[in-house]
Amino acid sequence: MSTLAVHDHGLVHHEEGHEHHHKATFLNTYVFSQDHKMIAKQFLITGITMAFIGMCLSLLFRIQLAYPDKTFPLLETLLGRFAPGGRLSPDFYMSLVTIHGTIMVFFVLTAGLSGTFANLLIPLQVGARDMASPFVNMLSYWFFLAASIIMLSSFFVQKGPASGGWTVYPPLSALPKAMPGSAEGMTLWLVSMVCFIGSSLMGGINYISTVLNMRTKGMDLWKMPLTVWALFLTAVLGVLSFPVLVAGVVLLIFDRSFGTSFYLSDIVLNGTVQPFEGGSPILFEHLFWFLGHPEVYIIIMPAMGISSEVLAVNSRKPIFGYHAMVYSLIGIAVLSFIVWGHHMFVTGMNPFLGGVFMITTLIIAVPSAVKTFNWLATLWRGNIRFTPGMLFAIGMVSFFISGGLTGIFLGNSALDITLHDTYFVVAHFHLVMGSAAIFGMLAGVYHWFPKMFRRMMDERLGYLHFWITFIGAYLVFFPMHFMGLDGVPRRYYAFTEFPSMARWLSVNVFITWAAFMTGAAQIAFIVNFIYSIFWGKKTIQNPWQSNTLEWTAPIEHHHGNWIGEIPTVYRWPYDYSKPGADEDFIPQTVPFSQTMSSNLPHDFEDNPEGLEEYNKWTVTNKANEQVK
Amino acid sequence: MATGQQEDRLNLGAKKFNMWIFIFTSFMFFAALSSGFIVYSGGKGHGLNVIMPQVFMYSTAVLFISSITLILASRAAKRLQFDNQRRLLWITLLLGITFLILQLYGLYVLAIKMGVYFVDPNASRSFIYVFCGMHLLHIIAALIVVASTIRSTYKNTPQVKNLYRMEMTSIFWHFLDIIWIYLYVFLLLNQY
Repeated sequence: MSTLAVHDHGLVHHEEGHEHHHKATFLNTYVFSQDHKMIAKQFLITGITMAFIGMCLSLLFRIQLAYPDKTFPLLETLLGRFAPGGRLSPDFYMSLVTIHGTIMVFFVLTAGLSGTFANLLIPLQVGARDMASPFVNMLSYWFFLAASIIMLSSFFVQKGPASGGWTVYPPLSALPKAMPGSAEGMTLWLVSMVCFIGSSLMGGINYISTVLNMRTKGMDLWKMPLTVWALFLTAVLGVLSFPVLVAGVVLLIFDRSFGTSFYLSDIVLNGTVQPFEGGSPILFEHLFWFLGHPEVYIIIMPAMGISSEVLAVNSRKPIFGYHAMVYSLIGIAVLSFIVWGHHMFVTGMNPFLGGVFMITTLIIAVPSAVKTFNWLATLWRGNIRFTPGMLFAIGMVSFFISGGLTGIFLGNSALDITLHDTYFVVAHFHLVMGSAAIFGMLAGVYHWFPKMFRRMMDERLGYLHFWITFIGAYLVFFPMHFMGLDGVPRRYYAFTEFPSMARWLSVNVFITWAAFMTGAAQIAFIVNFIYSIFWGKKTIQNPWQSNTLEWTAPIEHHHGNWIGEIPTVYRWPYDYSKPGADEDFIPQTVPFSQTMSSNLPHDFEDNPEGLEEYNKWTVTNKANEQVK
Repeated sequence: MATGQQEDRLNLGAKKFNMWIFIFTSFMFFAALSSGFIVYSGGKGHGLNVIMPQVFMYSTAVLFISSITLILASRAAKRLQFDNQRRLLWITLLLGITFLILQLYGLYVLAIKMGVYFVDPNASRSFIYVFCGMHLLHIIAALIVVASTIRSTYKNTPQVKNLYRMEMTSIFWHFLDIIWIYLYVFLLLNQY
């Protein structure tokens, strides 16, 4: 579409416009910035802050799980009425679980991950000066920040934050009097999510439009790095599925505040019969999971894209099966819309329908396996450089495999009867979308830190961070499989009180200590991150010797990314270690005419003139060699 | 779309594309609501059992005519007949407001005269209000867009920008027209 763009005459206008528009003040540089790179940094730092808060919440409820009978006076000092006598109250425990889930799923791994890397990488890697609408892009961040603040503010209302689980199923979420967390906390949750969805949609609309309309000359779709493909498809998923959540939430708000009966029926609350009739809570589950399932791919796909890129760069090899990687992403994206029923196998769904959802669910294993094998094949016999980013990308692959395998168990509608709502599910999704996605995100942070902050992160702290986190995450989540197989239910305040599950207490203690160890390792990251922003080693323009366009932009940031003309793209982004080339990487901006010795016939598949030149060159070159 | 795009500093094409994607999100929203209706009324055997008030027929006609006047306004803008464009935009705006009033009147008839309330144990009746209400919210947003386009015709707007605004307004307005017809037909088909 955009490949015929004319360079020369437009350029002058742009540079003039540039001078007019932007008088750099503190406010429009750091706060109300419309520059996609600054917005990316805002998303990243907000996302990391939220991740840190979400992690601390999980550590709090881990204390309760490991020591259900002990009191910790410090907790009462810190949390006041939420931990009377130094023990978390059951209601607050539920709130912690709920807000931990909400923050991690939406605020960290949706906005923090997509928001950061789509903003940073889409314009830089497709060769655009900024997003389609920088203003809407800025709004997207501010809605996200507002949503974050509202969500956190629910800790300061009398009855505490929402506590019905991150899926906010009615009737708990629809009846303000159902439990403490259903009161103001739930209202704030809903308001926050409305802002969040607004932010997500505004961001997604921009990402799609930028990828489709603003690519530089030569950048056709099949020359885009896999990061851009992944972020683009993620945005498509968001744009299609978030409105459905809005519909579900709108009806929920009507039930909650206006007295309608969309989701409510036959309810007795504190001894009084409620007037609701005829509603169907299952309807909410359908609407929620129609978003909810694509949502988990919204979380993992950017991590997949980032890992693909980081693995290829640091293996010094082309990504194995580039087209297969793209098609499998498309396959995952399409399939994600027809599998939501696997979250609802035990809602009384028709077993035949359950069977259909089971088949579609298990089919997702195919594109997922294609991706996994391609990552492994990319690593195979590469000149691997174990940078921290690379380690995290490999970690992502590891978690995706070990967590993905249990997905095959859970996708089976018969097995799900016993496994549903047990710790097996907790183990599954914390590995496959929690740990895998956060590792993908960290891979991206380590890899593109020099692009964002013009400095390098410290490698040794990075290694420390990686190894403790990698081992720690497995120590935390792996034992949960066994608990789940034994029937231990998730979300229970003190399940070890049940005699049949009491023996899991020792495992819970182990998991909690592993969780604290992993949490402590994140301090290494935070220190490294903040220190490196200000005092890290200055970077060179292309520190990883990477092919993609973002490394051709100057180290100093400009609103508009490139000074002068935007570079033209001639080749795909994965020409690493190409036989016959002088160096082990050939950036996308290098034309084939400059790399005659490394060209191959298939480089000219849609370019007959190039092929002719290539054939001529090989003939003469051979002749020359014979003369020698 | 082929030329000058990369250095088109206003990115009008890309922004227009944003509008199309927004239309898509909005479409998904109404699709979700109507499939919610189907799941609800199908699953529980709650029919609507409401004959739609006559006034919705008139409001549909008014909205349809407003789409035609907007098409004429766009055509006038392309032919550089700016007075004509402005007049037709005003007519569109007034028709839009008429639609808004007729819809509210329709809901009034539904509630006061026919006794079909928003809060009803049969939530498929509540869905009528949700459909109309959510559509009206979109209509209010679109009226603001039309009004700001009218405002820009009083200023010295470059023709490129003028056409761009007209196109953005048209995409949005025609979409809302189509969505209303969809919702209305959907309700008519489910009356019994």
